[in-house]
Amino acid sequence: MGGYHGPDQHHAAPKHGRPMRLGIGGPVGSGKTALTAALCRVLKDELNLAVVTNDIYTTEDADFLRRNAVLDDERIMAVRTGCCPHTAIRDDISANLDAVEELEERHAELELVIVESGGDNLTATFSQGLVDAQIFVLDVSGGDKVPRKGGPGVTTSDLLVINKTDLAPLVGADLDVMDRDSAAVREGRPVIFSSIREDPAVPKITDWVRTSVHNFHHH
Amino acid sequence: MGRGYVAHAAVTAEAGPDGRTRLTRLRSDGPIALRETPDGLYLVGAAAGPLGGDRLRLDIEVGAGASLTIRSVAVALALPGDGESRYTVNADVEGHLDFAPEPTVAARGCHHHAHARVALGPHGTLRWQEELILGRHNEPPGLHTSRIDVTRAGHPVLRHELRADPTSRSRAVLGPAKAVGSLFRTTPSTPHTEPGLAILPLPSGTTLANAHAPTAPTLRHLLTKAQTLLP
Amino acid sequence: MRAHLLMLADSRLPAGGHAHSGGLEPAVTAGAVATIADLADFLHGRLHTAGLVAGALAAAACVHAGTSIDWALPDAEADARTPSPAQRAASRAQGKSLLRAARATWPSAVFDGLRVQVPAGAPRGPHHPLVLGAAAHVIGCTALDAAAVAAYGAVTGPASAAVRLLGLDPLGVQRALAELAPDVDSVAEEAAAHAEKDWAELPAASAPLLDQWAEEHLRADLRLFES
Repeated sequence: MGGYHGPDQHHAAPKHGRPMRLGIGGPVGSGKTALTAALCRVLKDELNLAVVTNDIYTTEDADFLRRNAVLDDERIMAVRTGCCPHTAIRDDISANLDAVEELEERHAELELVIVESGGDNLTATFSQGLVDAQIFVLDVSGGDKVPRKGGPGVTTSDLLVINKTDLAPLVGADLDVMDRDSAAVREGRPVIFSSIREDPAVPKITDWVRTSVHNFHHH
Repeated sequence: MGRGYVAHAAVTAEAGPDGRTRLTRLRSDGPIALRETPDGLYLVGAAAGPLGGDRLRLDIEVGAGASLTIRSVAVALALPGDGESRYTVNADVEGHLDFAPEPTVAARGCHHHAHARVALGPHGTLRWQEELILGRHNEPPGLHTSRIDVTRAGHPVLRHELRADPTSRSRAVLGPAKAVGSLFRTTPSTPHTEPGLAILPLPSGTTLANAHAPTAPTLRHLLTKAQTLLP
Repeated sequence: MRAHLLMLADSRLPAGGHAHSGGLEPAVTAGAVATIADLADFLHGRLHTAGLVAGALAAAACVHAGTSIDWALPDAEADARTPSPAQRAASRAQGKSLLRAARATWPSAVFDGLRVQVPAGAPRGPHHPLVLGAAAHVIGCTALDAAAVAAYGAVTGPASAAVRLLGLDPLGVQRALAELAPDVDSVAEEAAAHAEKDWAELPAASAPLLDQWAEEHLRADLRLFES
């Protein structure tokens, strides 16, 4: 699904001596928390990782991760965003930076910090001051026209995940159309189709994350 | 114009050789009359007031190993008069001071400032309770400012001021409460809230309990409850 | 200098303020604020208590930032005026964020010296008004400017939160703020009048309801704002 265009396009802080910061964004209900949980489950034994959640309403996402014992309590921090999830990942990243730095101080050997944004709309995107790479998660139930509409998440994210492919027949979404339209706006940046519900190990996505983290720390 | 009282009362409590507390100085002055009883030292209002124009001062010293309890026999009624009235309490506490007089009522038209400065020594302990009733029955209160400054070895512990004025009727400050009070203790606590009461642990290992209520008896009940929540 | 001052007062300065409601969210939860008139009353009370204290601390910090100062004392003075643990945490969190933003925006040795020891578990930043005052000094502003920014922020933060939480008409909220503006000025002047005094003598006006709500908010199941 296209070549890897990793964090080298960003000009954020120096890349060595701290963990890679990976943003996971996307509209409400597209599967961000499910993907975060899946990544934690698969990668926690091979990567030293922690998570910052940005909940709109409650600490529900953080609690979900804790309840499912995906990560230890002290590896999860919840940030409140004052009704503005996109502000917290883009315009004013203070609270997220505080949380990331707190996790980095608690766990000296961290290799990866995942920042999961609160559910938002297609215009949401992470600031380069906050993350080194970002995954944008769509789902097919929003209709197959969504990739064509674009928006910074769809066009510029380092990885576009189109989730809930199992629902495609039910909502009349044409995956080929979504694939073609995504490719047209993404200039070769990768797109992965997934059904986290059917395949919770999400091997293609975890491979992409593994490679990204490796490249971040070794290139 | 000098028509009010200017009074300066003082009490010193020290531990005797037998370890029991003795009052080695007891000076009543003007409207501040001090009476030693088996239950503690009582403030007896020897005149109405404080009235506008009064300048009242009480100095308290509690030596190391000594324990002093101060109460009052009746509410104090802050009344209008010739300008502002002031009541200053200065306490130097090396031992233990328990200060809990009856409430002050801020009557219509009063303009009163109450200021307590408590300097704790390294081992000094304190229980300090204040209650303010905003006006007599069906009466709007005048202006009443109370402030307490607690320091330990010169280091700030609590600086807490309540300005009862028209602004304090704001729903962010006191709202419709008719009675407000606080309890400070040099003991740690865990945060707790219930309607009208907040137990607030301070960084120094001390505690402020804030209470507000529609009536004086409810306020007293809340402060008594606060007392039971502190070790 | 004037443009710098406007930047410091601008809510678009990325200093974490958008996630704090200044007690407005728990006041809404408690049913105390639902309309613009309620909000105006709430802001008036907050201005004359928390706003006055923050203004005085900021003004004094502005004066002292130009001297070799141990910030531990003013930080303890701010602690002593903030009995609610939730409000102390909110102030330190915002102080930390503002320090990061101010240092990146206006590099200065003044910010390097602005380090304090904080109690275990507290956000690792100085109290917000102290950072605000130090920043005002760095950009060449007066103690009155510092107090004005603090007093202004004490009402605009909750006002913005009210627009987001309650869906109040933003133009109506601006009108309420404009009506409060002379009060903001007079509180800033009162606050700045203390700037040269001993830290011990600065105002310590409290708001029992704000304290209470701040604590209730911290333990609420559902909250959108940090404070």
